[in-house]
Amino acid sequence: MSSENSTLVKLNNAGFKQNDKWLVEGVSLTVEKGKIVTLIGPNGSGKSTTAKIALGIYKNIEGSVEKYTNKVGYVPQKISIDWTLPLRVYDFMLLTENIKEEAIDEALTLTGVIHLKNKNLGNLSGGEFQRVLIARAISKKPELLVLDEPVQGVDYTGEIALYELIKRISDTLNCGILLISHDLHTVMTATDHVVCLNGHVCCSGSPMDVAKNNEYKTLFGEQASQILSVYEHKHDHVHSDKGEIKKN
Amino acid sequence: MFDDFFIRALIAGLGIALVTGPLGCFVVWRRLSYFGDTLAHSALLGVTLAYSFELNIALSVFIISSLIALILIQLQKKTNLPGDALLGLLAHSSLAVGLVVIGFLTFIRFDIMGLLFGDILAVTTDDLLIIWTGGVLILLVLKLIWKPLFASTVNYELAEAEGLNPDRAKAIFTILMAAVIAISIKMVGLLLITGMLIIPAAMARNISDSPQKMVLFSIIGGLLSVLLGLFSSLEFNTSSGPSIIAASLVLFILSLFKIKQSIKLKN
Repeated sequence: MSSENSTLVKLNNAGFKQNDKWLVEGVSLTVEKGKIVTLIGPNGSGKSTTAKIALGIYKNIEGSVEKYTNKVGYVPQKISIDWTLPLRVYDFMLLTENIKEEAIDEALTLTGVIHLKNKNLGNLSGGEFQRVLIARAISKKPELLVLDEPVQGVDYTGEIALYELIKRISDTLNCGILLISHDLHTVMTATDHVVCLNGHVCCSGSPMDVAKNNEYKTLFGEQASQILSVYEHKHDHVHSDKGEIKKN
Repeated sequence: MFDDFFIRALIAGLGIALVTGPLGCFVVWRRLSYFGDTLAHSALLGVTLAYSFELNIALSVFIISSLIALILIQLQKKTNLPGDALLGLLAHSSLAVGLVVIGFLTFIRFDIMGLLFGDILAVTTDDLLIIWTGGVLILLVLKLIWKPLFASTVNYELAEAEGLNPDRAKAIFTILMAAVIAISIKMVGLLLITGMLIIPAAMARNISDSPQKMVLFSIIGGLLSVLLGLFSSLEFNTSSGPSIIAASLVLFILSLFKIKQSIKLKN
């Protein structure tokens, strides 16, 4: 198959169990060069867990992960940095790889935080820090970008600009992106493939396919139908409030 | 001008400060001061074994400290006890066992005070060789693992996700900790080694705005502490360990004035 060498990471029926509870199970997906794959789903549906499985952070997983690149940029959802460390934005940009000064400046300029370059990381606001996180991930010119709610805490206009930037990066660097987002509008317009999670893969496919799926509608309600028209569609199971699956 | 023993002590102390500076920064950043204490306390057991089997003290301490670190990692995996309880358990039991063993070794005269608080008279030319070759090796290895160790100190998941293998770096760092304790035990004493690691680094934190600066100031602080400490030890006839640590405390207190200034500037 011609797609073989463009595959960056592939999950085969992957799952992760913590304290005897499945955080997510049975996920299969492929991220290819130049493509954006988006994970959507309610809180606790296993989106971040899936991203961490793909990144190799979780070791004892069910199923398998095939990773074909080591040039990875990661923007985690939560990041706790210990302020016993004196760390400037500049030091943080060099955290996992020694990149050139120009590449640092370019990335910080793209995300609009070049003026913070010599500021202490602990003094940034939430939105500023988020922009620095994105800048750090893209400055490495990665082949695979994993973005877990990358624009949280960013103001509305900034959000749109950053999503446009992410799309542009995917095109110019030809890198694959695994994106986790709550913003369904973005998901539905700028994504090649959508995976809808709720402890397992509820449905997946092109944004149009997913939007037509009834389960997607059940999960996201009216908000979803405003974005793309929703079609009636038979589904074979429902979820209890604990996320368990009940077959119809 | 000075006696030979004092020159030896100076060379030994400066060598130790060069190593404890950068390592101490990681001890502060990774919150490992109790871990350092535990390794240091277990060193007593290492010393008694060295006397019993006529081994080199530094080598014996290094082996025992590494062993204790391994046991700690296993206990952390196998039990539900919190980390500080496990550290306390290992620190005090290894100290106790060490002291009990000393009780049995009646045929050897131990200088307990020297073991606990350091003794500059005890530093031999062989020790200098161990300190400086050991020290250079420790620094070289630290340089090699700096990137993954530092990245995982800032955020483990970022380091792991971006392929830096932080677990390996952490394991190697643990061995380096055992090694630095092994080379500095004679000079600083096992009760005060952690002070040598932490206090110059804490002082450096107060006056630094980047990790590199903190490492640099920590080294300078350690070197100054050794110089000040050893000269006052000679002058007032005090133990070398406490004198060095007291000197580093003075530097730490001085560094607090710098913090006050920068806080004022921010407001």
